[in-house]
Amino acid sequence: MTDIMPPGLALKKVDERIMTLNVGPQHPGSGHMRIVVQIDGDYIVACDPDPGYVHRGEEKMAEYRNYITNVPHLERPVIHDSCNILYPYVLGAEEILGIEVPERAKYVRVICSELNRCIYTMYWLAIYGIFLGHSTMFMWPAGDRELLIDLMEKVSGARVTHAHFIPGGVRNDLPANFEDVCLRQVNYFEKRIKEYAAVFYDNPILISRTRDTGVLSRENAIRYGTTGSVLRASGVDYDLRVKAPYDVYDELDVHTNVMKEGDSYARSKVPWLDMIESCNIIRQALQKMPKSGSVRAKLKPNPKTKGPATVYKRVESGRGSLGCYIVSDGKPEPYRVKMSVPSFRNLLALPNLLIGEKLGNMPSVYWSLNYWPVEADR
Amino acid sequence: MSSNPEKPTTEAKPEEKTTPPKPAPKPAAKPEEKPVELPAFEKGILDKLVEKFGDKVEVDFVKEDRIGIKTSKDNVHDVAQFIRDDLHYDHAESVSGVDFPADNEIEVVYHLGSYTESSLAKQILTLSTRAPRESNPIPGQDSTKLPSLRDVFYSVEFGEREVFEMLGVFFDGHPDNRRLLLPEDWADLPPLRKDFAIKGR
Repeated sequence: MTDIMPPGLALKKVDERIMTLNVGPQHPGSGHMRIVVQIDGDYIVACDPDPGYVHRGEEKMAEYRNYITNVPHLERPVIHDSCNILYPYVLGAEEILGIEVPERAKYVRVICSELNRCIYTMYWLAIYGIFLGHSTMFMWPAGDRELLIDLMEKVSGARVTHAHFIPGGVRNDLPANFEDVCLRQVNYFEKRIKEYAAVFYDNPILISRTRDTGVLSRENAIRYGTTGSVLRASGVDYDLRVKAPYDVYDELDVHTNVMKEGDSYARSKVPWLDMIESCNIIRQALQKMPKSGSVRAKLKPNPKTKGPATVYKRVESGRGSLGCYIVSDGKPEPYRVKMSVPSFRNLLALPNLLIGEKLGNMPSVYWSLNYWPVEADR
Repeated sequence: MSSNPEKPTTEAKPEEKTTPPKPAPKPAAKPEEKPVELPAFEKGILDKLVEKFGDKVEVDFVKEDRIGIKTSKDNVHDVAQFIRDDLHYDHAESVSGVDFPADNEIEVVYHLGSYTESSLAKQILTLSTRAPRESNPIPGQDSTKLPSLRDVFYSVEFGEREVFEMLGVFFDGHPDNRRLLLPEDWADLPPLRKDFAIKGR
């Protein structure tokens, strides 16, 4: 190293053994989620996640549109889980606008939310498979996911970005004969995903790559404020659908899946168990749903708010707790919308999980966090 | 987007009394007069806070499963420590910044929850504090500063970094006050301030 340095460049004298690697970006088009790791031989000694630059404007844009017209664009960060990412915003907007939701709409929302959770988790599982070089696990979920996408297409008309939840209910009622079709598809889907256990979760190669890697203890899971499957895989029994039920979840019987290990294997298995639970919830909701009635409260195109207010609502999505903080100053547009998303919260655990791991285990640890890159930068 | 939305002027009303003042309409029933039924559990948590800190904390709202308190920037660290140690809120769900150019302040709101205490599972405690706001911000170099809560709640680490770059609030005592999301060559206003306008709007 010479003494002459370019001005402004504060180069540190680095141990010759340490090498800095840029892993990622994970998405070629936009450049999000690059992980800067420093490795010593085969072991990661430092890790700095860089969540990237894709949307970065959702919260700002929401200040320029009214409570209804915010709906189609606020779902963009997670298009595969678009019902759930809208859900807290819609609940908050309802409180600010003072709207009562019809009973049937609440059940339709629960069904759509659970279908979306499965659609998202199947996509995530497919990518988790291919991250580990398990191409069967890429193709099976990608194909089985179509069953549920077809259902959502029947409901909302769109395959991914549904914009189906609106303040006051849902946009459209369920199509005729939906209950029968949904029940049949969901039953088949559940039977099908249970087969994944044999090919993926009992696979010795998968187990050897995920067991005891990236172990997150219960204390740290709480301390880092992780949420969703990451938290439940570390032994914390916390699911908002049970602990703080919204809409009609208090009338349904929801089981929380908890695993004790806190390693990558547990984190990859909890979402799969959740999908089986989702099938149960959908069946219960179909049975208890009122057979007729309105699904949408009467709304004006530019509804009036009740005055200055702040609202914080949260729901449980496929990745964890989604929160939405809305500040209203009484105008038709929200004063501030803040989305608190699980990917961003779980990201804090990533450096602490990776340090000390081998570089080869990085994909299995990183993707087991149920991380959706685009969501972290709203 | 104007940086200072007009404040409601209350004083400049010329008093032109031509008609004799009407007798004040007597409200038949005053719904406001009835003491509002506060949720008991939330009231209990709130009483503990008020008992400990007196007028250092200001009650923002109390509703079902939600408590809101405001405090000044000098007390926020002590209040947070009390919330963690004595009230058993153990993590932060989100850190939000809200710009209030009319008050010349930026509010930072922490939403705190609890995983360990099962009676608090439904609760969210909203702790808010305000920092002075500069119209020509130099993020990190001006008076827009707050004490960091990172040593109390570890989970605010990325949230505070986000507020720093999106609103320019510097957190004193944060171990890692770097940019997180914006491009490295960002040289404009912090984008979530109200005077940063979207192009074409």
